[in-house]
Amino acid sequence: MPLYRSHILVCTGTTCVLKGCTAVQSALIAEIKRRGLENEVKVVETGCLGISEKGPVMIVYPEGVTYCQLKVSDIPEIVEEHLLKGRTVSRLVYTGPVTGEVKPAHPGRQKEQRIVLKNIGIIDPTSIEEYIAYGGYEVLGKALTQMTPEQVVAEVKTSQLRGRGGAAFPTGIKWELTAQAKGDNKSVICNADEGEPGNFKDRLILEGDPHCVVEAMIIAGYAVGAKTGYLYIRGEYHQSVAHTEKAIADAKAMGLLGKDIFGSGFDYDIKVFKGAGAYVCGEETALIESLEGRRGESMVKPPFPPTQGLWGQPTVINNVETLANIPHIILNGGEWYAGIGTEKSKGTKIFSPCGDVFYPGVYEVPFGITMREVIYELAGGTKSGKPFKAVLVGGPSGACVGAESMDKTFAYEDLAPGAGALIVMDEDKCIVDTVNNCLKFFVHESCGQCIPCREGTKRMYEMTKSWTEGQGEEADLALMQALTSNLALTSRCGLGQVAGTAFATSYKLFPDEYLSHVVGAECPTGKCTMTNGGGKNNG
Amino acid sequence: MLETTQCPNCKKTDVADIRDCVRQFGRDQGNLIPILHAVQKKYGYLTADATEEIADWLGIHASEVYGTATFYTLFSTKPLGKYVVRLCDSPPCHIEGSLSIQKAIEEDLGVGNGETTEDGLFTLEVVSCFGLCGVAPAIMVNDEVHGNLTPEMIPAILSKYRKEGN
Amino acid sequence: MEQVTLTIDGKEVSVPKGSTVLDASKAAGIGIPTLCHLENVHAIGACRICLVDVGARSLQTACTYPASEGMKVVTNNPRVRSARKTVVELMLSAHRQECTCCPRSLNCELQKVAKILGIQEHRFDGEMPEQILDTSSPSITRDSSKCILCRRCVTVCQQVQGVGALFPVDRGFETAIVPALKNDLIDVACVMCGQCVSVCPVGALYEKDSTDDVWKAIADPTKHVVVQTAPAVRAALGEEFGMPAGTRVTGQMVTALRQMGFDKVFDTDFTADLTILEEGNELLHRVKNGGTLPMITSCSPGWIKYIEHFYPTLLPHLSTCKSPQQMFGALAKTYYAEKAGIKPEDIFVVSIMPCTAKKYECQRTEMSAHPGIPDVDVVLTTRELGKMIREMGMDFANLPKGECDSPLGLSTGAAVIFGATGGVMEAALRTVYEVVTGETLDNVNFTAIRGLEGVKEATVKVGDLDVKVAIASGLSNAKKLMEKIKNGEADYHFIEIMCCPGGCLGGGGQPIPTTNEIRKARMGAIYEEDEHLTIRKSHENPAVLALYAEFLGEPLGHKSHELLHTHYTPRAKYPETDKEEVTTGGE
Repeated sequence: MPLYRSHILVCTGTTCVLKGCTAVQSALIAEIKRRGLENEVKVVETGCLGISEKGPVMIVYPEGVTYCQLKVSDIPEIVEEHLLKGRTVSRLVYTGPVTGEVKPAHPGRQKEQRIVLKNIGIIDPTSIEEYIAYGGYEVLGKALTQMTPEQVVAEVKTSQLRGRGGAAFPTGIKWELTAQAKGDNKSVICNADEGEPGNFKDRLILEGDPHCVVEAMIIAGYAVGAKTGYLYIRGEYHQSVAHTEKAIADAKAMGLLGKDIFGSGFDYDIKVFKGAGAYVCGEETALIESLEGRRGESMVKPPFPPTQGLWGQPTVINNVETLANIPHIILNGGEWYAGIGTEKSKGTKIFSPCGDVFYPGVYEVPFGITMREVIYELAGGTKSGKPFKAVLVGGPSGACVGAESMDKTFAYEDLAPGAGALIVMDEDKCIVDTVNNCLKFFVHESCGQCIPCREGTKRMYEMTKSWTEGQGEEADLALMQALTSNLALTSRCGLGQVAGTAFATSYKLFPDEYLSHVVGAECPTGKCTMTNGGGKNNG
Repeated sequence: MLETTQCPNCKKTDVADIRDCVRQFGRDQGNLIPILHAVQKKYGYLTADATEEIADWLGIHASEVYGTATFYTLFSTKPLGKYVVRLCDSPPCHIEGSLSIQKAIEEDLGVGNGETTEDGLFTLEVVSCFGLCGVAPAIMVNDEVHGNLTPEMIPAILSKYRKEGN
Repeated sequence: MEQVTLTIDGKEVSVPKGSTVLDASKAAGIGIPTLCHLENVHAIGACRICLVDVGARSLQTACTYPASEGMKVVTNNPRVRSARKTVVELMLSAHRQECTCCPRSLNCELQKVAKILGIQEHRFDGEMPEQILDTSSPSITRDSSKCILCRRCVTVCQQVQGVGALFPVDRGFETAIVPALKNDLIDVACVMCGQCVSVCPVGALYEKDSTDDVWKAIADPTKHVVVQTAPAVRAALGEEFGMPAGTRVTGQMVTALRQMGFDKVFDTDFTADLTILEEGNELLHRVKNGGTLPMITSCSPGWIKYIEHFYPTLLPHLSTCKSPQQMFGALAKTYYAEKAGIKPEDIFVVSIMPCTAKKYECQRTEMSAHPGIPDVDVVLTTRELGKMIREMGMDFANLPKGECDSPLGLSTGAAVIFGATGGVMEAALRTVYEVVTGETLDNVNFTAIRGLEGVKEATVKVGDLDVKVAIASGLSNAKKLMEKIKNGEADYHFIEIMCCPGGCLGGGGQPIPTTNEIRKARMGAIYEEDEHLTIRKSHENPAVLALYAEFLGEPLGHKSHELLHTHYTPRAKYPETDKEEVTTGGE
């Protein structure tokens, strides 16, 4: 391996690509070559550095200087000044604490505690060597050679880690059930079918640190006695697929996957499976149907996957973020992990504030942080500077909460975070319009098998749509409430059960706004186009 | 009913060719989605011939192959434009004005949701969230993403593809 | 077997482990309404009508939820009642309600459930799913605007019949149950068996109604209208009039047909006997002359269409005999026409069949003794006959018992049992045994090959020969035998295959519903009818013997070959994209 005196990490995460990082990267490589530095300086692509709102971004090591908002025209100066002369180009630098950590985009980032996202932006996600250099696969060795599967499960149980996909089922118990279930062809599935609007954390992990998920899946396989792992990644996540496929190939080449891993006698393989555009496949039984080559329709439970899942065999299904915690738990111990967070909610949680916030992005914080801290300190408050109105916690399937909940803490015992999406609305946004949009989403994504979800989401959407057009009837509100509670009670899977949550919770908070639409045919924010003459034009 | 003849953007579907495309996969039903991805990528849509070839290869009924494909939005059973413009209208993008982006695209292309331009270059699809909420509102044109959009940016983006595609 | 004890509505009940809450509630005598559930076939918890409270956060479907030890189930509290009601209201909001003129009026499971749950208003309305009215098939009509997406038809077509003509397409509110590639039914490999119709809870699938054509023919003074009824019809028709399944109504049926105005009331049983003579001799001929074995029966038109589409290379195994209905048609317009002195074109042949595939069979071009004149003009299902009898305002149960006309109305017990799976085989064995050995059978009851089992096998000693036979009903069972033949693992001489589970008594044209209990009852009636007849062997049917003497000559003779035997057509598995069809002979 040639020795370079400098490494430059260029963020090629999706967000930075949007900001033009590809051109910046090409310019950088060309300039380095032009200056004859190609044997001294290595340019490395990395996943999102977590500060994409300031992209394109790059970090120059060993100094650890972060440059942001780069333009192609800045490149010659950086190469000339920094790489040749060793002088930082201060006008392009982020300020804040340096050494080895990602520079905070804004002061709020200091609130972060990165466990899952530890490597993001630090290492080249396409290099297994770098992952190993940062301690990767060491834990796998420890688990496979020094621990029994039971000990691994016990460690996860001690950590009190709970599923991060939204349902918050205790991971250790899931593993234990699967380990104890009989079956000679068990599987581990990593659910990377991230489809809940407002969530983009799994994408960041897979793009920025795929090996961490691969390592976790191998550990999970060892713990439950599985032979195969499946990484079900949504089809729209092209870079996630590319990076994980590379990670798996590299791990195989190094013998970290395949036969007799670490001489432990444990055989294991991982396959990447591309989804094909169906939100409901994030539901575990629907995901299994899809993996088996069928329509992604949810199935009745019981049986649950730990006893009867993929191919009818015991199966563990974990969210990406959940799994990404595993190597750290095995490395530092379950007790260490259980020491982070609150009494009933252990560890960290990744949030993805978006919508009307100043710094939309991905933030990892310990449980127990208040909503105010996340929205105002991490995400920088509203983009417009206008007063905050409401937030959909977890996405369209989550609750709509308002300013009254600002000092609640994110924890399963207080304000459950769902998968971590925070869709923030400022006062200019219309609640009815947003809820209508949520229902449009559910109509589009309902699998169509069970009646309440198939017909119920449609009827609910038709009602809210008529409200946004000033065509509502007062009786609608009672019907809507009846449907909301009916779907929660009768739908076959989570999709239908939560489809009415946004309405039910927002109606409690903003009854007047609903009444004004339904009865008065008036949209207070002017967002809705009232076809009968009321309201203002659609912005 | 499906077209079995030539699609505007890809070569004529050739049964031997489809067979090669399908038979690189194993024969259990778990390969259905990967095969559909491969066929979609190669031919732009799922042809009738491909449906039947897949059914025979996997030992399932053509009705199931077709019914499964139509469940997923990334698979199409009719020819699509060379560039598929997918616009997210889920809450984060919606809040940030995705409807105005949709309007701008529709005006520029002269087609609505689910339609393909006459020259076969563009298909517009209004879809659910694809995880670009951090840069809402966003669109994907084939595999490329464009975010933090304003309606004014649309003509330039589309004309770039129009130039490339012609 | 391990038992679990649970409490349902305060009532303790013990059921075998593995039972569902629905099973347990039945055992406890507590009624839970269901809709998509189809016992032993289909339990997917899609319609959500059978919701019960098991103490979980959400309600659970009784049809799928496993009964467990100590569990407490509430089937009827305000929460459950209101939930079920709302679900049905939602279902109705997407169901085109034209109940009074729906083919399933008064026999609609949705109507029944709505009544049971006390639905009296429409709280929800909005967009309806797109209506697809597919009348392309001569047998089955599809009306998507009535479909409630319970998917029973999909399961039956795919799993019970192994045909897979229907499948859900698209997603969510757009979901529809359609033939492959959204083709019309006529353009896919549908065998037209009507099992989908039989399990449809509503009016989304029904047979093509031909009753008007029959009324017209009866009213036409220039037409001599004759009717034949298949053996399975008389074992089920009573159900159309509220009589218990298994009631034999042969006599009432004959009287009703006569009152309706048919000129002659004949019996398919006559040609069933004839089939035995032709087919039995064909089998002996094949055995003696090294013909293609095993030979397979050819009475069931759904089965014929299945083998043409899915196993065209095995067509030489089929007996070349036409089905009894088509033999009847051919004779009605030749033998009977001559005898009665009526021009064939003036004879109008109506068949009453337990079958929807027969509607297709009678339209096959090879099924006409006189070019351009079909041997059978119209096929009605048992249900359509019920409808016509109702239109006549007859008190069916109390009609006097009539008898069929001669000569095409005389038959034996061997013909009657054609209606049950194994019946053709048993009838054939009765004849083959006596023809080969010259001895009289002591016991004509071959009970080993009776019953509802999907695949049955037996070896019967006929003289020196051990005759190996197999019987299958339901096409997925037929498929098992076909695979055996294909792989050279079938050493049978003779195979009987019936398209529908249980044989014709469970045909797609029979009264709805057809459950396993009902199949058993109809089967009981068929064997009872056989027991009650004095002549129980086909070769002893005097009318058949007269037919040979007067007209046909001998079995497999020239005239037989012309009128009673046929050939088959290999068909594409994907008819729409592969229109080429090759015609070959059967043997």
